[in-house]
Amino acid sequence: MDFVLVQLLNGISYGLLLFMLASGLTLVFSLMGVLNFAHASFYMLGAYFAYQASVLVGFWPALVIAPLAAAGLGMLVERFGLRRAHPHGHVAELLFTFGLAYLVEEAVHLIWGRSAVNYKIPPELDGPLFSIMGTQFPVYRGFMALIAVAMLVSIWLVLTRTRIGLVITAALTHPGTVEALGHNVPRVFMLVFGGGVGLAALAGVVGGNAFVTDPGMAAALGPIIFVIVVTGGMGSLAGAFYASLIIGCLVTFSVALDWRLADLFARFGLAVTPQTPLATLWNIKLSQAAPTLPYLLMVLMLILRPRGLMGTREG
Amino acid sequence: MSTRFVRAALLAATCVLPFTAHSADTVRIAYIDPLSGAFANVGESGLHHFQLMAEEINAHGGLYQGSKLEIVPFDDKTSPQEALNQLKRVIDAGIRYISQGNGSSVAAALVDAVNRYNERNPGKEIVYLNYAAVDPVLTNEKCSFWHFRFDANSDMKMEALTNWMLPNKNIKKVYLINQDYSFGQSVAKMARELLAKKRPDVQIVGDDLHPLGQVKDFAPYVAKIKQSGADAVITGNWGNDITLLIKAAKDGGLTAPFFTYYGGGLGVMPALGDAAVGRVKQVTEYHTNIQPNKSLAFAEEYWKKFPAKGDDFYYLRVRTMLQMFAEATKKAKSVEPKAVAYALEGMNFASDTGGVVMRKDDHQLVQPLYLSTIYRVAAKGGPAEVKYGVEGTDYGFKTDARIEAKDTALPTTCKMARP
Repeated sequence: MDFVLVQLLNGISYGLLLFMLASGLTLVFSLMGVLNFAHASFYMLGAYFAYQASVLVGFWPALVIAPLAAAGLGMLVERFGLRRAHPHGHVAELLFTFGLAYLVEEAVHLIWGRSAVNYKIPPELDGPLFSIMGTQFPVYRGFMALIAVAMLVSIWLVLTRTRIGLVITAALTHPGTVEALGHNVPRVFMLVFGGGVGLAALAGVVGGNAFVTDPGMAAALGPIIFVIVVTGGMGSLAGAFYASLIIGCLVTFSVALDWRLADLFARFGLAVTPQTPLATLWNIKLSQAAPTLPYLLMVLMLILRPRGLMGTREG
Repeated sequence: MSTRFVRAALLAATCVLPFTAHSADTVRIAYIDPLSGAFANVGESGLHHFQLMAEEINAHGGLYQGSKLEIVPFDDKTSPQEALNQLKRVIDAGIRYISQGNGSSVAAALVDAVNRYNERNPGKEIVYLNYAAVDPVLTNEKCSFWHFRFDANSDMKMEALTNWMLPNKNIKKVYLINQDYSFGQSVAKMARELLAKKRPDVQIVGDDLHPLGQVKDFAPYVAKIKQSGADAVITGNWGNDITLLIKAAKDGGLTAPFFTYYGGGLGVMPALGDAAVGRVKQVTEYHTNIQPNKSLAFAEEYWKKFPAKGDDFYYLRVRTMLQMFAEATKKAKSVEPKAVAYALEGMNFASDTGGVVMRKDDHQLVQPLYLSTIYRVAAKGGPAEVKYGVEGTDYGFKTDARIEAKDTALPTTCKMARP
């Protein structure tokens, strides 16, 4: 039972980090219709900015500075890059962000080198928060979860309770009308894109030292956030939230289970021997396949419910 | 139009230039390893070892008849397919020696490709110097005349590790966690076999395989290890896979010792700190605190040249390999790959840590190994012999035992076919 509790906590905290990453992507998509392939690159930039800032001024200022710097960069990218690609349609935008991802990775190589940087957890957040039957739950994981929840609440408040939020939601469905009312819609889009990028960077700030800050981090997390956004429903913030938690827990729990299909067959009196067709496949343990399960989930979701958990059907 | 053509031609020329601007008396080794992606840091540091060694060899008279050694990097992204693409580029550039280390799956693909190429192109053979891919298959079933391995293979290392565990009766439950590819699987298999033979009382309480370089969060694995009640963990993980694993073990409060192949590898120590002390053990051919350390001057040169944190002189075997390569060109009185390969076979050499031999039967280097454990450096209250920290940290290795070359050798099933 304690083991289940530990794994549940691990799963939820990992899921929340994934949500921090996916929320920016899904926000930008729902509000602007842009699928940002460079999203994970801004996650990486966030981690590197935070590393640089934490070396100079410490971790706590870095927590604020890094996402703001990345958001500023994101706004510049929108203003001078994406906005020009926009009239040429979705393919041009997609290719633009695709190229941008490569550029960011190369820039990181040039500035910080190819090795991991020593971006450390601040001493006041290092150590166990509590322990369950000898297994410690680190303070930092709790901190990560806290940031993620705070982020979710503030996005929701901004979008539903503030004037700018109302303008953003209105610009989504009726950009012409909003513009006619005297609002600067392109500037709204610039802010939204910058905001999405800032969210990814914030995830980088707290994820970079929890895991490893190296130039491979964007490529390693890039695919999984697309899985979350697709599973949760393109453009749905709540969907992304549930999908993140489901995927976090799915991976965590399947790591713990050494079930094999062969065992299942054995229950029905079918013994799997090395001569059985596809014997290797039936003998793969669930724990061995755990990191690939989210992709299976995405494929199943696309077949059975293409709009995702909470997405609205397009058109 | 014509200026555009000239510009394009100039551009094309500058692209080709690095590959053509070599004189006849330069011998090039293509370094094929990850320079981007999850293991870029490991590949980058490996390249530094090669470059500094080439400089040293060139400063001391070079190869046969003063030929210079040049290292040309190629990025294989740790992918067998990409490595084969790079091999094509290597062949097109007329480079006759390749070296690779990261990923036994990559190594296996390269051995096959080199064999095929050499068979079809007599007189243009390529020799493959393997400095780190340790899947035993490469010097057994798949052994090749054109392949030379300078690292102890994983069976030899497991032999050393299990011998070390032999007298330690506190260890009753062992957990295996490895990367899911040829090397990781062979570590797990060998650990099971050798433990069953040497310590039948030891119970293997877990045997996990996870995808190579794909796992970001090891916390669930650590919770599983804790749950199993293991009092020792054996892992062949390398790169970020070991850093993240041990980092998660530290966060999860897992106190069982880790018997590792690559615990001293790049990026591991900075992530661990005090939690590793007395707990993370490794089996390698070198660490900075071995006594006596004849490589210290070279290590100091390395630190001066590559002062970045997260880089350290780690691969003594790269040094030994290139020293032996230089020696072999002189012995063969040629820099032709085939002649050099015959000279390397069965070659005895006095390396920095003692006598080593490139075994003729299977092209496996037999060399002394060290078993060591992480401690704080002497300046921070650690044992006196731990003078140097790993990667500029306050933590370094202390030798538990030195295993002489002959005690690491295992029989081979290789039936070498010579041209």
